[in-house]
Amino acid sequence: MNLTSPPAPTTTAQAHDQTHDQPLPHRVDPAAAVAAARPHGTPAEVLGQTLVMAWRALKKMRRNPEQFFDVTVQPLLFTAMFAYIFGGAISGGVKAYLPVLIPGIVAQTVLTTCMATGVQLREDMEKGVFDRFKSLPMARIAPLAGPMIADLVRYLIAAGLTFVAGLLIGYRPGGGALGVLGAMLLAIITGWSLAWIFTWLGTISKSAKSVQGFSMLILFPLTFLSNAFVPVQTLPGWLADFVKVNPVSHLVSGTRALSNNGTISGEVGWTLLACAVVVLVFAPLSTRSYRKHL
Amino acid sequence: MATAGKAVEAIGLRKDFGKFRAVDGIDLEVRQGEIFGVLGPNGAGKTTALRMLATLLPIDGGRAEVFGVDVATEPHRIRQLIGITGQYASVDEDMTATENLWMFGRLQGLRSADARATARRLLAQFSLEEAADRPIAQFSGGMRRRLDLAASLITRPPLIFLDEPTTGLDPRTRGEMWDTIRGLVDEGCTVLLTTQYLDEADQLAGRIAVLDRGRKVAEGTPEQLKASVGNSTLQLHLAPGADTEQARQVVLRVAGAEPVLTPESGRMNVPLDTADLAADVLIGLRQADVSIVSVSVSQPTLDEVFLALTGHGAESGEDASHGGAPADSATTTLELL
Repeated sequence: MNLTSPPAPTTTAQAHDQTHDQPLPHRVDPAAAVAAARPHGTPAEVLGQTLVMAWRALKKMRRNPEQFFDVTVQPLLFTAMFAYIFGGAISGGVKAYLPVLIPGIVAQTVLTTCMATGVQLREDMEKGVFDRFKSLPMARIAPLAGPMIADLVRYLIAAGLTFVAGLLIGYRPGGGALGVLGAMLLAIITGWSLAWIFTWLGTISKSAKSVQGFSMLILFPLTFLSNAFVPVQTLPGWLADFVKVNPVSHLVSGTRALSNNGTISGEVGWTLLACAVVVLVFAPLSTRSYRKHL
Repeated sequence: MATAGKAVEAIGLRKDFGKFRAVDGIDLEVRQGEIFGVLGPNGAGKTTALRMLATLLPIDGGRAEVFGVDVATEPHRIRQLIGITGQYASVDEDMTATENLWMFGRLQGLRSADARATARRLLAQFSLEEAADRPIAQFSGGMRRRLDLAASLITRPPLIFLDEPTTGLDPRTRGEMWDTIRGLVDEGCTVLLTTQYLDEADQLAGRIAVLDRGRKVAEGTPEQLKASVGNSTLQLHLAPGADTEQARQVVLRVAGAEPVLTPESGRMNVPLDTADLAADVLIGLRQADVSIVSVSVSQPTLDEVFLALTGHGAESGEDASHGGAPADSATTTLELL
C-alpha cells in the first residue's frame, strides 16, 4: 500500500483509458439497476473505499497543519524535559538515562497520538458529509479504517521526532539504524492497533469532549504505571506486578531491546499478540456501533 | 418479489424516538417515473419517513420496498438504487467541489479517471464549473444545494429522495431547482420529495401525500387536494373609471357570490367554488364592457389545506401535544383516492 501518494484528482497519474469522456447513457433503467445491485461489497471494494477515506484524511491533515501540533511538539518537549529533570535522579546522568527514556517516550507519544484518532473521528462524524457516507453503498468499516491508515503518518512523525530529539541531546542507540527502524515499526503497529479502542470510544460517545475525557482516563495510568520512565525494581511490589503485566511495559521493553541492542526479544511477541487481540476485539465492536449509530 | 411499476411501496411505516412516535403507520406507494410529493409542516414526520426509506434510520414497524427490494433486509442493495439530498448539504466542507464529487464517485466504485470525468460532467450540468476548485466553505446556499444534488446523481440512481430541496433558496434558484428535478424524471428517474410548500408540490408532483403528526391525512393529485379545500379567490383590479356597481352585478349573476370590495379603489375579491368560474366572470365583465387592469386567482395556502384536512393549522407538530391517542385526526381523514 503506497500511502504517501494518494490518488490525486487534479493530476493524471493513472493510466486508465481516458480517450473519451464517460458516455452518458440516455435513460435510467430501474430494472437493470436492480439486477446489478449486489448485496455486499467485495474485499477489493472495501479496501478501495478505505483507501479513499485515507486519502480524505490525509487531505484534511495537509489543510489543517495544526493537527500535527501534538505529534511534533510533544516528542521534542517531553524528551528534553524528562531527560534533564529525571536523568540525574534515575540514572545518575542525562546520557545514561537516554537509553531508558527514549523508548519510553516513543511508546508514550504514540499512545497519545492514537487517542486523537477517537476524538477526531467523533468530531468528523458530526459533520453532514457523514450522512452521505452512510447513504452510499460502501463498507461501514471504511470511514473508520481510512483515517486510521492516514494516522500512520502521524505515528511515523511522532516516533521519528522522538528519536531525532534523543539523538540531538546525545542518545546513541546501540541497535543502530536497523534497530531504531524496528523499534519505530513496533511502536507504529502498536499505536495503530490500540487506536481501535479509541475509535470504538469515538463511535459510542456522545461528544468529542467525552471521548477525550475517557481516553485520558485510560491512557494516563497505562503510560505512567509502566516501565516507560523508571526501572521496575524501584517500585513497591504490588505496583511492580501491575507494571509487569501492563502491555505498555511490553512495548517499552521490546522497543528498548530493538533500539539499544538491535535484538528482537520475546517482549515483541507479547506486544504483537496484545495488538492482535485488541484489533480483533475492537475493530468489529467499532464497526457494529458505527452501523448502529445511523 | 419484484412489484413491477412501483418505485416505493411502504406499508405501516413506523418510527419511535423514545416515547415520541414520529411516524405512525404510513402507507406510501410511488410509481416509477413520477414525482411524488410528501407535504407537511415541520415535525410531521416527512424527513423521518424519508430517512427510513433511504436506510439512514432503522424501521421500527411496518415494511418498505424500493423497486421490490426490501429496505430493512437488503440495505446495501437499496443504497445502490437511491440518491438522497437532504435539507443540509452533506458534502465535505474542507474540500473543493471537484474533490467531493471525485471522492463520492470513487467510493461508489468508479475508476479514478471515470470519477473525474463524471465530476466534470456534473459540475457543467449544474453550472458549477467556475467554482470547481473552490472549497465548499465559500459556496452560497444555492450552490451547495446544487452540488449536493450533483453528488446524489453520480451513479444515476433510478430513485432520488429530495428532502425539502428548495427550503431557504431564493425564487430564481428555486425555479432552477424545479427545472433540474423535472429533468431527472425526463431521464427516467423517479423522485420522492418532501416539502412544506403546497405551491412546490403543486408545481412538481403528480401525486401528493399530506402528513400530519406522523400520519397520512390525505393523498391525491394536486388538483384533488386543492379542490377538497374548496374556494379559490378571484382578485380583480378594475380599470380607472370602470363601473364598480355594474361589475358587482355581473359577479353576482355569474358567480352567485357577493364580491368583497377592498379598500384600494377599483379592487374586488370574488370567492369562487371552483377556479373555472373565474373565466365565466371575466367573460361576463367583457360582455358588460367593464375593463380591468389586472386579474389573479389565488391558490389556497398550505395553512388553508391543513385547516381543511386536520381541523388545525399547519403549526409545527412537535409543539402540538401528541400523546398516546392520535385522536380525531384519523377519523376526519379525507381520503381522496
